Amino acid sequence: MKVAICRYGAGNVRSVELALGRLGAELVDDLAGADVTILPGVGSARSAMAGLTERGTDVVLRERHAAGRPILGICLGLQLALDESEEDGGVPGLGLVPGRAVRLTGERVPRIGWAAVEPGGDAFWFAHSYAAETEATVATSEGVSAIVEHGSFTGVQFHPEKSGVAGARFLEQCLSRG
Amino acid sequence: MPLPRLIPCLDVADGRVVKGVKFQGLRDVGDPVELGAAYSDAGADELVFLDISATVDARVSAVDVAARVAEQVTIPFTFGGGIRTLDDATAVLEAGADKIGVNSAALARPELIEELARTLGSQAVVVAIDTEDGRVRSHAATRDAARDTIEWARECEQRGAGELLVTSIDRDGTQNGYDLDLLARLGAAVSLPVIASGGAGNAQHIAAALEVSRAALLASILHERPARLITLRDELRDLGVNLRDAR
Repeated sequence: MKVAICRYGAGNVRSVELALGRLGAELVDDLAGADVTILPGVGSARSAMAGLTERGTDVVLRERHAAGRPILGICLGLQLALDESEEDGGVPGLGLVPGRAVRLTGERVPRIGWAAVEPGGDAFWFAHSYAAETEATVATSEGVSAIVEHGSFTGVQFHPEKSGVAGARFLEQCLSRG
Repeated sequence: MPLPRLIPCLDVADGRVVKGVKFQGLRDVGDPVELGAAYSDAGADELVFLDISATVDARVSAVDVAARVAEQVTIPFTFGGGIRTLDDATAVLEAGADKIGVNSAALARPELIEELARTLGSQAVVVAIDTEDGRVRSHAATRDAARDTIEWARECEQRGAGELLVTSIDRDGTQNGYDLDLLARLGAAVSLPVIASGGAGNAQHIAAALEVSRAALLASILHERPARLITLRDELRDLGVNLRDAR
């Protein structure tokens, strides 16, 4: 299993690398040719999107999605795949998935902690202030979009790479589809 | 809201977990990776590593500690202590930490919070506040920071902090219970998550703090014994606290 991680200056790459290594994945640099390409991300939508376009990664991801090749977006990586984010006064996204990222309205923002994802019921680690608003949502957590699927793109709002045993199980399932 | 969080705190100096004995010196109590992994196995929801190394050279090794922890521990962890600049914080996050903690450096230059939040995201920025009698203390609580605790908490939120880790100095290490009144006032003053710290002596104390703050830092109550976390979690469940099923 060849897995590539998008490196575009928007964090948490090391944790994703380590999690994939534990699952025995072979890490490669070829974003277009890998069996699965992962779009990680933490931080602000505007600077992350700029990082993607500067490196031409936006083009590679759009082509990959059009060709039906698997992509996994994590946290901000999911939000960037949408049409737009309302963060930073509005940021256009990659447009791989119809919908937009909107600011959370819960009692405490950022929403930080472990929360159950339904269906399934396993708890995963969340740390976010925005979430997807999209018809492509296939699982939720406390009413918030947790997993999104559209064509060959899967996006998760939580961090499987930081979600212990449940996270490792989830990543393994994602890789098995690649 | 997400599930209540139990967060063991490990003090680290020169790459080892240490325990202060009434300020008379530090005793080596183990390896940060081994202890961190053991707490994770015991059901910790997150970990906090607080680097209390005295020298800059030792702090360089803090990045190395973060990297080693990230290799073995698959739950989130925060690294605090000695972070003064965006570069310091970035190095720790790139090593695999999820959040950085700042305290005195943010008091000395509050703009640091904005710089960190803008680049790293608010969710990665924890501001630690040491407080006594409603006033903020700095430099490991040895100095009066000349700030009101509630006002400073509000300022941290406005500047982009993602969480506040609030330690009641007068309760710290006493095991007499958290300062619930302060936690309630802070919770009303800001809409950020607040992590309660200082005073945990038994499961009832922790359950009461989780009612108010939803996250509790556990330090002296654990005595660096991961097995204590297992029994504490059972006791908290018996008190009706809905903790994560960590398997």
